[in-house]
Parts: sequence; structure tokens; C-alpha cells
Amino acid sequence: MRSWSVRVSLFITCYNDTLFPATGRAVVHLLERLGHTIDFNPEQTCCGQMHYNTGYQREASPIMRRFVEVYRDAEAICIPSSSCVAMIRDHYPKMAAEHNDPALIRAVDELLPRIYELTELLVNRFGLEDVGATFAHSVTYHGSCHSQRSLHLGDLPLRLLRNVRCLSLVPLPNIDRCCGFGGTFAIKMGDISAAMLTEKIQDVESTRAEVITAVDNSCLMHIYGGLHHQGSAVRMAHIAEILASTADQPLEPQS
Amino acid sequence: MTIRVADSADALTFQKAALPLLQDAQLRQNVRHATDVIQRKRAAVVAETPDWQPLRTAASNIKAHTMRHLDHYLVQFEQACTAAGGHVHWASDADEANRIIASLVRQYGGHEVIKIKTMTSDETGLNHALEDAGIRAHETDLAELIIQLGDDKPSHIVVPALHKNRHQVREIFRRRMNLPDLGSRPEDLTDAARHYLREKFLSVPIGICGANFLVAETGSVCIVESEGNGRMCLTLPKVLIALAGIEKIIPSFQDLEVFLQLLPRSATGERMNPYNSLWTGVHPNDGPQHFHIVLLDNGRTSILADAEARPTLHCIRCAACLNTCPVYRQTGGHAYGSSYAGPIGAIVTPQLLDMEHAQSLPYASSLCGACYEVCPVKINIPEVLIHLRGRVVREQKSPLNLESLAMKTAAAIFASRARFEAVQRLARLGQGPLTRHDREGADWFRNIPGVLGNWTRVRDLRAFPKQTFREWWKVRAKNEEKSSDA
Repeated sequence: MRSWSVRVSLFITCYNDTLFPATGRAVVHLLERLGHTIDFNPEQTCCGQMHYNTGYQREASPIMRRFVEVYRDAEAICIPSSSCVAMIRDHYPKMAAEHNDPALIRAVDELLPRIYELTELLVNRFGLEDVGATFAHSVTYHGSCHSQRSLHLGDLPLRLLRNVRCLSLVPLPNIDRCCGFGGTFAIKMGDISAAMLTEKIQDVESTRAEVITAVDNSCLMHIYGGLHHQGSAVRMAHIAEILASTADQPLEPQS
Repeated sequence: MTIRVADSADALTFQKAALPLLQDAQLRQNVRHATDVIQRKRAAVVAETPDWQPLRTAASNIKAHTMRHLDHYLVQFEQACTAAGGHVHWASDADEANRIIASLVRQYGGHEVIKIKTMTSDETGLNHALEDAGIRAHETDLAELIIQLGDDKPSHIVVPALHKNRHQVREIFRRRMNLPDLGSRPEDLTDAARHYLREKFLSVPIGICGANFLVAETGSVCIVESEGNGRMCLTLPKVLIALAGIEKIIPSFQDLEVFLQLLPRSATGERMNPYNSLWTGVHPNDGPQHFHIVLLDNGRTSILADAEARPTLHCIRCAACLNTCPVYRQTGGHAYGSSYAGPIGAIVTPQLLDMEHAQSLPYASSLCGACYEVCPVKINIPEVLIHLRGRVVREQKSPLNLESLAMKTAAAIFASRARFEAVQRLARLGQGPLTRHDREGADWFRNIPGVLGNWTRVRDLRAFPKQTFREWWKVRAKNEEKSSDA
């Protein structure tokens, strides 16, 4: 364990908070186990991605301002969702520039270097690839679109997973192909999204892995929702939950 | 001025147009197979190019510079082309371009033309316009010939008949070329096409072509192709008429060094195109003796005027974004209701057209970013899609629709911690009647009515858990306080 400790502010994200609290608990347990302190500011809500990407950019703006305000003094901000990180990194600077507000532009400039997706925080900031986890299951990893093509995480998540004891990692065919979620796309273009999901599910089933993981619960909610609908035995676990699992306190993936 | 993109005026929304295509197992298999093959070839020739990323950046910079100074380079091209004996015509929209070409054909006494594959003539609906003027157009590109003989529409920018397999092509040739014994081996099909086309090449005196690049400095036109039909059309006829969008301009001859490395690798997975034709005006006793070029606007200047959407005009029509797109992969090109399919079509068409079907196109993407990653001129297509979605929302006729209300409500919820927490509690309390236990006793949403039914028709959704993360955090903090007090 490192001799220094970081005060990590957790942005849990609106949908993890509401639908996947286990992922948030796992992030807390994992980072505390590694010797860090967690801050959770309950004033946080959402990053504004759904509004921004659907074309409601005007409505996304106050959400962005709120985020910038809540994390103004944070040392390091951990976000267990690459698509929310992508929203902040790719769009906040442009949104701030459109406001023509020098203070906001500066605040966003100062915010961005303190934003970390969870696996970025572990590998790039803490220099860890082995977090001392144990998870006795076969796992396949889905490379979510934003993690690959916006954050360019490359094999960061895989390096962490390879160091988990007892875990057998099974490669997913077409690992970086979109699962068809795409936020409101899954509703607005439901039939096309479903066709994309069908292909993804075939790829997942072909691995015969017990568990599918990713750095985004949004993709997992979509893929696992389809698997469960078909009565598949495959389970989902966010990468934080696998990395939080230890020999003493193992995670048993539930339905 | 009326802007038109092929026959898209009565096209359905993307969602509706996609439905029958999603049911067509043969078409979907053809599309998946063809795009997989092209993508594998592309990946191999891109991997062997060590300066691929610098090339992309150079192309992006050249295009951005050209668009900033398009007025200057267009006039420079006109002067150079005219000095070399060519004639330059300007068309503000599709109808004007078609009228100019039809009157040129008549002026030279023609009633038939041979054509090289040109997307721009698909865009203007040139073949129909010529037909109305009593002029027969013969497509000489193999895939365009298949489309023309099959009364079909192109479904891909580079490989327009990619949705057909060779057995389907054989049926079309059998019927239209009157070849009852035709086989379905690739050799049989190309042999039939060669015989059919050779006669046209040797007898029709007017050729029509597009352009891949127009060189401002020299007034030259560049066309790359794979079959040699282009070379025939560019050299055999007495009269050659080109139709090109104004965005095809590049400043100098040397700029071709960048684009001729990027285009063939991106489009067909080749290091170099089998045929690269370049000509400047006319030359006595060598090739066509009359050369005309029609430079087309058809909405391009309005794209130029929108700084955020302007990179749309950088496109060199390689179709790499179609081949990699997971949405195009499912539907093929016809769902886009335009000559321009796939991610690039989803940004080009709505900027040229203002109608319901075009408004659905910016949403025909999961924003997965695969298109941006492969684009040889680095068009950030997801960024432009989001920009266009913003325009669709701002310009919607009735802002009081369900989606808009839901989005405004959600924004009000996210603006306040108290409201957000109240909604979390309400959702949990109200979900009871809509959820069911699974085998293991977990609660799931299944088959919800209404708009959200689009989700639950093929996906279950986990019920809201008993405790949100923030509730857990609060309880934990309180317990820690207690234990530290004790």
C-alpha cells in the first residue's frame, strides 16, 4: 500500500445512484481498502449527458454549471462511468465557451485534470494494476464505446482484471462494437437497438463466461437486460464490484 | 431554389424505413458480409501505413483551409480549367444542374450517354431528368449497372449494390440482358457485363462523370476507380461532361499525395486504385475534344455557413464510416432515404433537406464514435450529429411534445437535490404494479406499456433497489459517527 492517501470525491452518477447502488458501495470499499478517503457530496445529481446528446443542449447547461460548482474544491473526482467522463471532457469546455463566461471557462479548465474514470484513477493516478482482488468466476469484458473511442482507456481495465486472483478472463469477440444502447437511442430507435443487442448477446454467449463486466453500467444494463429477457445464465458485474471482491469478502454475482 | 437529394421528398422516417429491412434476413446477411470483408482489407492496409494519423491530420487541415477560402479556389479552378480549353458551368441546385447537362447533350446532338459512377448525379436525380428530356443514360460501373437494370436504389456510397449477392445479380442480368443460361460465378457475371457495356463504350459519343478531386491550381479533374469503365468513358467519347459538388476542390496538385493515399485504403482497402485518371481541359487528337464541368451548390453553401457543421463538406466519399457503423450494419443504406447513407448520410442529408424524414436522421446513431475513428479526413461525425440534434430540437414545430416535456421535467429534477431524492423515492414506491419476481426472487420490469415498452420488448429492466447509493451513504456516515462517539 502507498504511504500517501488521496481524498477522492465520488461522482456516483444519477443512474448508478438510483439503479446500481452496489457499484457505488464497491467503489467506496475498494478505495478505502487501498488507503484513500472518500467524499460524497449529496448535492450532486447528473452530468447532463442525456439532455446534451439528445439535442436539449439548453437544458444541459444548468446541469453542467451545477456539476462544476459541486466539485470546485475536490482534489480528485472519481466517476465509475466512462460515458459521463466523456460528456464532461468532450463537451463541458465547448458548453462553457458558448456561455462566454470567463469564470466558468476557467472553472471547467481547472476541473478537467481532476476528473478520473475509476480505472484511470487506479492505474494512471495510483500506479496500481493489482488491487488485491479475488473473484472466482469466468469473466468477459465489454469495451464500451466511450471508454475506447473517447477516453482511449485501451487495455487499462483488462490489466486490472488480469491481476484479479482466481478470475479467468475470456476474450469477447468484437469487443469494441457498440451494444446498441446509446442512451435515448435505445428508445427512439428501439428496433435497430434491439438488432444490435442481438448480435452482442450472441458474442457474449459464445464466450461461455459466467459474468460480463464493463466500466459502464449503462451498457451492462442494456446487455444484461437482454440476456435476462432470454433467460440466460450470464450475470453482470461492474468492474468496481469485481475489483472490490476479496478472498475474505467475495462478491457473489446475483441476478 | 429547391434542394433535392435523390427521391427523398416522400421518404419515411429512419425508424419506419428500417423496419422492413430489419426483417430481410438475406439483405442483412449481404450487408454484414460485404462490410466485414471491406473492413478487414482496410484494417490491413491502414496498419501497414506508419504515418496514417499524420496523413489524416494533413487531410483535415487541407480541407479546413480550402473551405475557409472556397470562393478563391473555385474561381482559380474556373480560370485554370477555362484556360486549358474546358467550359465551367455553375448550378445553384439539382434542377439547374440537370437542365445544363441535358441541354449540353442536346447541343452536341446526342440522345444517349455513358456514365461513370457519380454520387452527385444520384443526388440530383440526373438519370430521371435526362430520361424526361428523351436522353438515355447507361451506367457503366458494374454495381450501378446492377442497380439500373434492377430498378433498384444504391445502398452504399462506394459499393452501391452491396445489398445484393451474386445469385440475385444473376437473376437481374438473366432477365434484362436476355441471357437464360447465365451462371452465377463472378467470372460469368463480369463477362456478361463486359459484353453488354463494350458495345456502349464504342458507340455512345458522350460521357458523363463525377469527380473525386478538382485541383484549383491546374484546373485538373481527378477520378479514381477500380473497373476501367471510367477510363473508357473518360477517353473514348468525343464529349465529356463532369458534375461535381463545389466542395471537391483542393488547392494544389501536391495535395493529391495526401488524398490518394487515404482514399483507396479507406474506400476499398487497396493501396492504390487500379485506375487513376487526371486530365486538364482538352488536348487536340487525344481524348474528348469538348469538356464541360458543372459545379453544383445544392445546399452546400448553407453547410459552409454553419461553422460547427462545416466539416461535413470535408468528406471524400470513401464510405469507411458506413462499413464500420453498427447501425448501417443492421439496416443497409435504403433506410436513410437518400443517396448518402450511413453516418455521413445522417449528417449530409438533414443539412440539405428540411423535412420529417431528414429530422430523424441525426438520431440514427448510438454515437458510438466508430465513424470518427476511421474517417480519413477526421470528421467528428458524432459531434456534428449532436449539433444537428440540437437544431432539430430548437426548430421543432410543436415544442410541447412528450419527449420535450420529459426532458424539461428531468432537467428541473436534476437542478435540485431535494427534487432528485424525492423522485428516487417516488419511483421506488410507485414501481410495484409494473414489476415481477424472476426465478430467483429478484424484481424486474417486464413489458411496460407506452414509449418505455420500446425498451422492455427485448430487454428486462431491474427494479429500483430498496436503497439508493446516497441513502446507504447517509446511514453509513451516521453509524460511523455513532461508533466514533462511543
